[in-house]
Amino acid sequence: MISANLSAIFYLVSGVLFILALRGLSSPETSRQGNLFGILGMIIAVTVTFLSTGNFSSGFIFVLVFILIGGSIGAFIAYKIPMTAMPELVAGFHSLVGLAAVFVAISAFLNPEAFNLGTPGNIKLGSLIEMSIGAAVGAVTFSGSIIAFLKLQGIMSGSPITFKGQHPLNAMILISIIVLIYLLCSTQSSNLFWILLAVSFLIGFLLIIPIGGADMPVVISMLNSYSGWAAAGIGFTLENTALIITGALVGSSGAILSYIMCKGMNRSFFNVILGGFGATDGVSNTSSKEQRPVKSGNADDAAFLMKNASSVIIVPGYGMAVAQAQHALREMVDTLKKNDIKVSYAIHPVAGRMPGHMNVLLAEANVPYDEVFELEEINNDFANADVAFVIGANDVTNPVAKTDPQSPIYGMPVLDVEKCKSVLFVKRSLSPGYAGIDNDLFYKENTLMLFADAKKMTEDITKNL
Amino acid sequence: MEIDPLIFRLSIFILSIFIGYYVVWSVTPSLHTPLMSVTNAISSVIIVGAIIAGLSGNSESIFNTSSIFGFLAIALAAINIFGGFLVTQRMLAMYKKKRKNK
Repeated sequence: MISANLSAIFYLVSGVLFILALRGLSSPETSRQGNLFGILGMIIAVTVTFLSTGNFSSGFIFVLVFILIGGSIGAFIAYKIPMTAMPELVAGFHSLVGLAAVFVAISAFLNPEAFNLGTPGNIKLGSLIEMSIGAAVGAVTFSGSIIAFLKLQGIMSGSPITFKGQHPLNAMILISIIVLIYLLCSTQSSNLFWILLAVSFLIGFLLIIPIGGADMPVVISMLNSYSGWAAAGIGFTLENTALIITGALVGSSGAILSYIMCKGMNRSFFNVILGGFGATDGVSNTSSKEQRPVKSGNADDAAFLMKNASSVIIVPGYGMAVAQAQHALREMVDTLKKNDIKVSYAIHPVAGRMPGHMNVLLAEANVPYDEVFELEEINNDFANADVAFVIGANDVTNPVAKTDPQSPIYGMPVLDVEKCKSVLFVKRSLSPGYAGIDNDLFYKENTLMLFADAKKMTEDITKNL
Repeated sequence: MEIDPLIFRLSIFILSIFIGYYVVWSVTPSLHTPLMSVTNAISSVIIVGAIIAGLSGNSESIFNTSSIFGFLAIALAAINIFGGFLVTQRMLAMYKKKRKNK
């Protein structure tokens, strides 16, 4: 058994190690070391908890058993999960953090003596406030992440679900949560605690259903942030420094990612949260679209264009992930490089279904990370490039965002693909992207549409090179 | 008058938000997915609370309502810890520089 002061110092050490874990991610070289710092911090925190309780009775065995069960499930998932499914995995993990926070709060509410928080029905006021906030945010994180998971997995339709009076209803529920916390703290009634949890689960569900599939990068980042705040709330209850530091780190990390994603779509955070984007407008837009001439080609034409180019920029999007075309793409690029053609990749901030998703997929296909560039780094290079190869991306290349103030995506930062000498566009059809608007790029003089499955087309081009 | 310990914890919390703010802005955008999975893993340090809850039963009855919630939370957090760190490790191992063959 170690003293409370000593264990507090160890918790601080593990908090610092978590900071270093995030710090390591500033560059790929230091990132692996950073991850080890994170693991070390976790080992310290868990060990110190065992030592400070000093309880190595049969209960201890059960703790180890449950860690082992959870750990093997987690390890199994981590090794099996395909990289294209990372958004679902992260959403699923968020829900678990949220639920764990709820369970810890329930446990502390039922048995406050174990945590030195008072006795049942007479919990210290401060602790009760912290506990109920932690539980409420945890519950929102849980049910919100479940919806996000179902939408990403395709079990639930990605289109927004909206109904009349949705916003007033949500606002009412949010106010009722605050009232419930107030009443709970003044009466210590366990019934109110359960009602608070139920209402929080409900609002998490209601907050996410109106948000459309294309806004998932924001939703995942936002839930990431919530899971952090829930952990911090529990950290205050348990008076645990490691948990408070981590909660704050994760909370701000998720908030920053949400901000970056919103900026990438030129939408305000509230606009995304209120939801309903790209719901029905898209349908009316496509039906009223006039028939404009499109140049389409085959793999042979594409190979010819690229063979005669001296530099090619690849613009991957979510469609590439869906078609699992990243490996075929890298093979094509290898062939191009053998012919002394300069190739680089351009990644839009909101390409994919979560922040940085495309980068991971390209890394998986053995694309060196120093050939992959962010929007600001590469946008000026399009004017000097010979061919832009757009594979599975759409809205993020639409020049309308720069020219038409009426367009829903006006002002969104886009890749200046149209400045290239020629543009190759791999796509199944002329259908619009998630924003539901037509892409002017399809009809440009210098655009060649390649109508096919992304993977098959890429393989065919490689054969023809 | 003595200062409430809550104020100290609040100070740690506020300062950590600032640290988080500056550290996360310095994360390179290409590593944003590993950032999310690693934050997932570290936020599961909530397992310390779960362990205390799980050990709250006495030797006659290890399982009471409170400790059962604790054990469940341990399993959930452990999924996240192992899953989060390992999947991050797996992703980071894929980030390679250009081979020096030129």
